[in-house]
Amino acid sequence: MKKHAAIALKAAFPFTIPILTGYLFLGLTYGVLMSTSGFPWFYPMITALVIYTGSMEFLLVRILLSSFNPVAAFATALMVGARHLFYGISMLPRYRGVGWKKFYLIYTTSDETFSVNYSAEIPDGVDHGWFYFWVSFLDQMYWVAGSTLGGIFGSLITFSTEGLDFVMTAMFVVILMQQWTKSRRHVSELTGLIGSALCLKVFGPDRFIIPSMIVIFTVLTLMRGKLEKNMKQEAAVSTYHSAALETSGAESVQKGGSGS
Amino acid sequence: MTIVQQIITIAVAVAATVLTRFLPYVLFPEGKKIPDFFLYLGKVLAPAVFGLLVVYCLKNVDFAAGSHGLPELLSILAVILLYLWKKNMFVPIVGGTVCYMVLIRLM
Repeated sequence: MKKHAAIALKAAFPFTIPILTGYLFLGLTYGVLMSTSGFPWFYPMITALVIYTGSMEFLLVRILLSSFNPVAAFATALMVGARHLFYGISMLPRYRGVGWKKFYLIYTTSDETFSVNYSAEIPDGVDHGWFYFWVSFLDQMYWVAGSTLGGIFGSLITFSTEGLDFVMTAMFVVILMQQWTKSRRHVSELTGLIGSALCLKVFGPDRFIIPSMIVIFTVLTLMRGKLEKNMKQEAAVSTYHSAALETSGAESVQKGGSGS
Repeated sequence: MTIVQQIITIAVAVAATVLTRFLPYVLFPEGKKIPDFFLYLGKVLAPAVFGLLVVYCLKNVDFAAGSHGLPELLSILAVILLYLWKKNMFVPIVGGTVCYMVLIRLM
């Protein structure tokens, strides 16, 4: 068991390097915001650990500064967290049979952890459960470390880190590209991109996620018959292509990781 | 807010977030067959969600004013080109981020 864990850690770490950068930076920003809003350093640390949803935590700062309204706080957290439902549905079959780790894997679902665990081509001989566990654990630790450091030293940072958060955008673009090259007709990808862009335009930056999810869910449900036929046709061709792609991808990530 | 009210607020936020994370797994626990419809959704939702996440990252970009979203768009283009060239994760992510940090200081 120890050996399985060690092998999986080695395989998982390179995939989390972009998240290490992004979470440390974003966590730091969150910790700074908390501390400049007058909260002690352990507030960002504890909330980072137990809530562990960046967007909700940033909102929480505002909520904690306003008057007491637990119902509104609950509703906000439900709306912000709604996309976890999609992640859960996507990971259902993969998180089966991983034993005691399952509870932790579900608890630490985040945009970034989901993205890596969903898209990573796990190398042969690596235990899937342990791979998922390490990605989830490392990511959560990066976030907690960033938030705590921000809460303690936040006000002392003087060098300009502006723009470093783009690392997350870049990671999502790369993962979208991986998905894109796996399919020929790109119906899902285009539904996500165009549907969300339209919802953003109509509903504005603060309320477009739920409408986007409804649009994505509706379009993909209506197109089920057609898409399932496409998937069968593409299966033979794309398995070959994506296998070749992913192998080279994973290798280079590992090279990049150990080289830096 | 008093300390107790703050603790309740944080606890409530945790409860709601946990609910969204656990619901699919509670509905379809180990050993229970996952309906075909959800298996289908599991395959097609994720690529769409990655599209949503990219749009989410750009939600506060103002294309009408300032730098018109040019640093973002050019850096994303750099990410795509580097990905197509190198076919890995690391180079496009580092390259795109450096490109973005340089561009926002120039534009």
